[in-house]
Amino acid sequence: MLLFGVYREFAGQAELGLELPAGSTLAHLVSELRSRSGFDRLPDRPAVARNLTYASLDELVEAGDEVALIPPVAGG
Amino acid sequence: MREPTIVAEITAEPLNGGELSARLRSTEDGAVVVFEGRVRDSNQGRPVVRLRYEAYAEMAERVLTEIASEAGSLYEVGAVGAAHRTGALELGEASVVVVAAAAHRAAAYDASRYVIEAIKQRLPMWKEEQYADGSTAWLGERPVEGEAR
Repeated sequence: MLLFGVYREFAGQAELGLELPAGSTLAHLVSELRSRSGFDRLPDRPAVARNLTYASLDELVEAGDEVALIPPVAGG
Repeated sequence: MREPTIVAEITAEPLNGGELSARLRSTEDGAVVVFEGRVRDSNQGRPVVRLRYEAYAEMAERVLTEIASEAGSLYEVGAVGAAHRTGALELGEASVVVVAAAAHRAAAYDASRYVIEAIKQRLPMWKEEQYADGSTAWLGERPVEGEAR
């Protein structure tokens, strides 16, 4: 999965590989991440994109999906 | 009604509202609003010396195209162009440019405003400010709203 901005700094890297059981949702993925060191500051319901589109945390993650965590945006 | 011309770009190159406006010129459009957002020298009282923008580039291009297209269908415009810069920017440089061209001014102003507000709400773009004392901070201005929250 891809990490940007301040979330990238939590991880110290821009990409992370995660293995999740079949049937996992984006919410499961977020909760797995939050248990890792550095990610305790990640909100429990961060914005997430799946395959380049904002996604609901209820969506299932499938093998090969591109998942990104989206920190609060600050464009303009 | 004409099908509006849509331009949306995420780029590390310097932006220029006049140049984007010239690219979207049409003799059918009598009103053109050019908006440039520029790097300001302070934020909430802290002196800023430079900024760095980071994008989720592939998604940002898609979202910016969606935003410009939405403005093109909501308002009677001939063209909507939007470009956002990435990388390190000095004070006074343009970070974002929006051009809305229409037969009449009301639609051009409305479309321009729509695009910049939507960029602020949902373009996957992040800003790191660097201050005079050498420290830096990521700005977290707006959590994206929607189903994910």
